[in-house]
Amino acid sequence: MATLEIKDLHVAVDTEDGQKPILRGVDLAVRAGETHAIMGPNGSGKSTLAYSIAGHPKYTIISGTVTLNGVDVLTMSVDERARAGLFLAMQYPVEVPGVSVSNFLRTAKTALDGEAPKLRTWVKDVNDAMDKVSMDREFAQRNVNEGFSGGEKKRHEIMQLELLNPKFAILDETDSGLDIDALKVVAEGVNRFRGQGDRGVLLITHYTRILRYIQPDYVHVFVNGRIAEQGGPELAEQLEAEGYDKYQRISA
Amino acid sequence: MSTNLQDAVESSVASHLHPVPSYDLADHPLPTGREEVWRFTPLKRLRGLLDGDASDGHLKWDARIPEGVTISEISTAEAAALGETLPADRPSALAVANGAGAVLVDVPAETELGEPLVVRLSGASPDEVVWGHIVVRLGLHAKATVVFEHSGSARYSVSTSVLVGASAQLDLVSLQLWDDDAVHLGQVGVRIGRDAHVRTFQATLGGDLVRVIENFAYDGPGGELEAFGLYFADAGQHIEHRLFIDHNAPHTKSNAVYKGGLQGEGAHSVWVGDVLIRKAAEGIETFETNRNLVLTDGCRADSVPNLEIETGEIKGAGHASATGRFDDEQLFYIQSRGVTEDEARRLVVHGFFADIIKKIKVPEVEERLLVAVEAELARHVATPTSVRGA
Repeated sequence: MATLEIKDLHVAVDTEDGQKPILRGVDLAVRAGETHAIMGPNGSGKSTLAYSIAGHPKYTIISGTVTLNGVDVLTMSVDERARAGLFLAMQYPVEVPGVSVSNFLRTAKTALDGEAPKLRTWVKDVNDAMDKVSMDREFAQRNVNEGFSGGEKKRHEIMQLELLNPKFAILDETDSGLDIDALKVVAEGVNRFRGQGDRGVLLITHYTRILRYIQPDYVHVFVNGRIAEQGGPELAEQLEAEGYDKYQRISA
Repeated sequence: MSTNLQDAVESSVASHLHPVPSYDLADHPLPTGREEVWRFTPLKRLRGLLDGDASDGHLKWDARIPEGVTISEISTAEAAALGETLPADRPSALAVANGAGAVLVDVPAETELGEPLVVRLSGASPDEVVWGHIVVRLGLHAKATVVFEHSGSARYSVSTSVLVGASAQLDLVSLQLWDDDAVHLGQVGVRIGRDAHVRTFQATLGGDLVRVIENFAYDGPGGELEAFGLYFADAGQHIEHRLFIDHNAPHTKSNAVYKGGLQGEGAHSVWVGDVLIRKAAEGIETFETNRNLVLTDGCRADSVPNLEIETGEIKGAGHASATGRFDDEQLFYIQSRGVTEDEARRLVVHGFFADIIKKIKVPEVEERLLVAVEAELARHVATPTSVRGA
């Protein structure tokens, strides 16, 4: 069975004052068909984990491994990781001036498939994907993320998730800054993706709110660069009631 | 009384950055290279254009003239009588003095051109000195798109005067698509009539040395200017764009956006954007932006925005300038969708330029420029190892 496996991962971020350690030994295995929620306070390293798996150049792997079906991910370039089946929905999607959403999506699809999509079915697929997340079709002609509202950027990420259909999706605080309607749209998109049965999801969030719409199989509490506790969905309810205080006290 | 007051205001605050315009060569002494307006320009590479030797050389004119516009030759005195903008530097003063008359492109009042006026100017040899003097005039409520396209080679100095009547609309496009050995010094002086709307686009891709100076001023309140530019400096090329927007009338607007690309050893671009907001210019709005994308080592991009403000009673004024290599975050985002680094760079650079090219709004010119930019990029962007580093 397909598995995304992270073992004893230590990661530092490049700052002006040199490297600053962020992740301090993360162990996690996400199997196909599973949804794992990673919850934790701000600054605990959740986003660093997401970026490290995706291969952002700002982060340096100190030690540990990340494998996809046993194959080393860390030696792959960013685009190779995507072609191997990983997808990162970003917390702050980047604007790309002069590149239309339509051109961006077609270029990505072509790169992932190794051939250009058939024009007729492709246009329909893009339109369907936009309809599903309630994005006006006019967005296809807009520049990537340029002038999009926060909610539109997130819906655009989930639209890409459905259209590009990777094996494993990492969602980095996709819920932050969304109103309840947008949150539902995003959650429905993620649930359609999961509904295929053999897809893995790593859902990174600060709040329990999104977990009412996306039921995780496992919940991990992330504090100070490592997993402090893990359990089932009930752990999210406990966090809802008690917050992160007790974990932060332990780690301090 | 009001005229005197206006004169007093204009003469007392003339920006220190800008010499006083004049036909008289004595007012434009031979530069030493230390002057503010000449400090970036490699004077030796002007190849004698500043000496002002007489020449009867001409560029070949090939014009597609739509109905409603007339093109005629007028004398230097007639050009002056039209109230043209005066030369603001030595090359343009020489161009007028040696030009033996001017070409007048005239769009009469209330005339709306159904298609763009396209003038193709080509030079035969870099050894030929050509003095050019052009006046473009739009009457009241006229509407026109005028495209000048330069190709081939020459040592060319031109003074262009653009007089836009009240409530007129002008789109002015100038393409510098010269061969690698051409030298082009151009001054474009634009007077924007009351409530007129002027859009300009300067695109400079070719030439050994190209220096284009655009001076804008308003003939009354309500005028609006959009000034766009695109340049691409290759190895050894010097491309310089200077603009001076003189907000001399109230409730006028200006927005300038210039984007440049640089690649290859010794590629040098200069962008200087000066905006002067005079005391009389209450309620104006201005913004200027310059972005430079440095594709390889060995390039130099100078970017100098200046804002001189003499009244605080304005709607807004600002500028932004950024010069850098590829944006890592953009590349990461695109690559994270499976696109290779090469292809991601190509997409980003293509987008960087396509974004400004689409402002031209003349489809055939947009296509031409996109192709030209792609050809430039094919030289370097395809080999991303050369743009790593720093």
